Amino acid sequence: MLSDRASWGLKAAAIGGLLFLHLPILLIFLYAFTTDERTYQFPPPGLTTQWFAVAWNRADIWPPLYLSLKVAVISTAMALVLGTLCAAAMARASFFGRDQISLLIILPIALPGIITGMSLRSAFAIMEIPFSTWTIVLGHATFCIVIVYNNAVARFRRLSGSIIEASLDLGANGFQTFRHVLLPNLGSAMLAGGMLAFALSFDEVIVTTFTAGQQSTLPIWMLNELVRPRQRPVTNVVAIAVFVTTFVPILIAFYLTRGGSETAGGGK
Amino acid sequence: MTRPAILAPRGPGDRVSALFWRHPRLFTALLLAPPLIWLGVVYLGSLAALLLQSFYSIDEFSGLINREFTLATYAELFRPQNMDIIIRTLTMAAMVTLGAAVIGFPIAYYAARYARGHWKAMFYLGIMLPLWSSYLVKVYAWKLILAKEGILNWAVDSIGASFILSGILALPVVGGNSLSTSYIGTWMVFLYIWLPYMILPMQASLERVPTSMLEASSDLGATQFQTFRTVILPLALPGVIAGSIFTFSLTMGDYIVPQIIGNSARMIGQAVYQLQGTAGNIPLAAAFAVVPILIMLVYLTIARRKGAFDAL
Repeated sequence: MLSDRASWGLKAAAIGGLLFLHLPILLIFLYAFTTDERTYQFPPPGLTTQWFAVAWNRADIWPPLYLSLKVAVISTAMALVLGTLCAAAMARASFFGRDQISLLIILPIALPGIITGMSLRSAFAIMEIPFSTWTIVLGHATFCIVIVYNNAVARFRRLSGSIIEASLDLGANGFQTFRHVLLPNLGSAMLAGGMLAFALSFDEVIVTTFTAGQQSTLPIWMLNELVRPRQRPVTNVVAIAVFVTTFVPILIAFYLTRGGSETAGGGK
Repeated sequence: MTRPAILAPRGPGDRVSALFWRHPRLFTALLLAPPLIWLGVVYLGSLAALLLQSFYSIDEFSGLINREFTLATYAELFRPQNMDIIIRTLTMAAMVTLGAAVIGFPIAYYAARYARGHWKAMFYLGIMLPLWSSYLVKVYAWKLILAKEGILNWAVDSIGASFILSGILALPVVGGNSLSTSYIGTWMVFLYIWLPYMILPMQASLERVPTSMLEASSDLGATQFQTFRTVILPLALPGVIAGSIFTFSLTMGDYIVPQIIGNSARMIGQAVYQLQGTAGNIPLAAAFAVVPILIMLVYLTIARRKGAFDAL
């Protein structure tokens, strides 16, 4: 007989799976308070809050943080413009080459990051471009476009074309329609896309290692600490900061697009 | 007084709007131009540069890149140690995909069929948040878990199950000195990081399995296992394949997880990273990076035939 209630086995497997996805993150928080800075001993021998002050005073953390923020802000701004333009065109009528263009847009996230990174690295080598903030931005903006695009195109599809026609019928020109009709309707989807793009860029490490040269973003700083740990709890404090900096925009993005299907299956 | 049906343009804004209205193709082209120029130049341009570099070679004596067309760099991929790297990476990607499908299925099935209302939203957030949260933080969390003095060994010791763990680690090939230096450890971390990418498309395809079919199956006397094998699984397969595109591709291209957790045997990602960096052999690094592209092209072609793109 077909039951409407899940069997205990299925329930346990489902909840166990969810716990598997969430419990590891909690450890990051716990270890930020441990008194032991040489090993990852569990349970922690003692608890302290001193590492937050130590992290704050470490001079080597601030420049990577500024660089990460700068790159994330610039890349998000570029992705917002390019992704929304693309969504506006793709949501309109079909045209020649539409499928190819949508493939081109998703390619930077469909292929592994190492390919994007190595491609850019090859191009910089051939053209002899020196590494700079802009070489990092080049990579980040490319994979952020698709995030903004996904959010914006879903909203464009839900948006009824008749409100635009109504606006034009009432005598508004294209720019007025954009300003007074389209933008208010599109705003929250663009904000959500921007938030996700920011979170993705702030946290990105695989492409960045190929385009940064000797520069250090916050994720690269973290990666170095992972390979050669110094004050381990300080890394945890930074990890918490990175986690919160990406978590909050993501939650806002979900809140802004709830009820829609913009973020579902968006993929990173 | 009669009013004209068509108002005279009031300024340049009106004129431009009218032009676009009359020539929608021009408008579409103008909208598409900036993003397409960006993606075309920056992304496709770099991919072309990657291909170009892979046909160059490195001069073994001077260490400089020799910019002449050659297939010698690709031939190097077929050296035994490089073939090992490729085969190791593909095996790992396949194992991660398999593990993610097995562990992800109950979650996807429960979320699609039984979770309602608040629970449904909880499941959705519960899958999406780990997917989007910081990649490095997740890897770091596992370094803490798998450390020798870490929580996993502590838990295993506390319940007196350390002989099971030693037994697993004593296995040939996949075992090692500790979880953090064995293939099992690498596999677990990959599984953890890419699992949400498998669950989402699987859940989407399971949502589309009509309940009436399950009822019909059980009315006709099928056991739960028969229903699963002959009804649910075939209908959910496109979702599983769609999810496997992500888990396979992401595992294949990763170089950070095996660098942090695992033994010293390299995967494709690490080879690319080391060759372009310390070794300065960009041509061979590029040739290595072409391998995942080719594999994914084949993979996507098969996936498309199986209808996996409809499940995305």
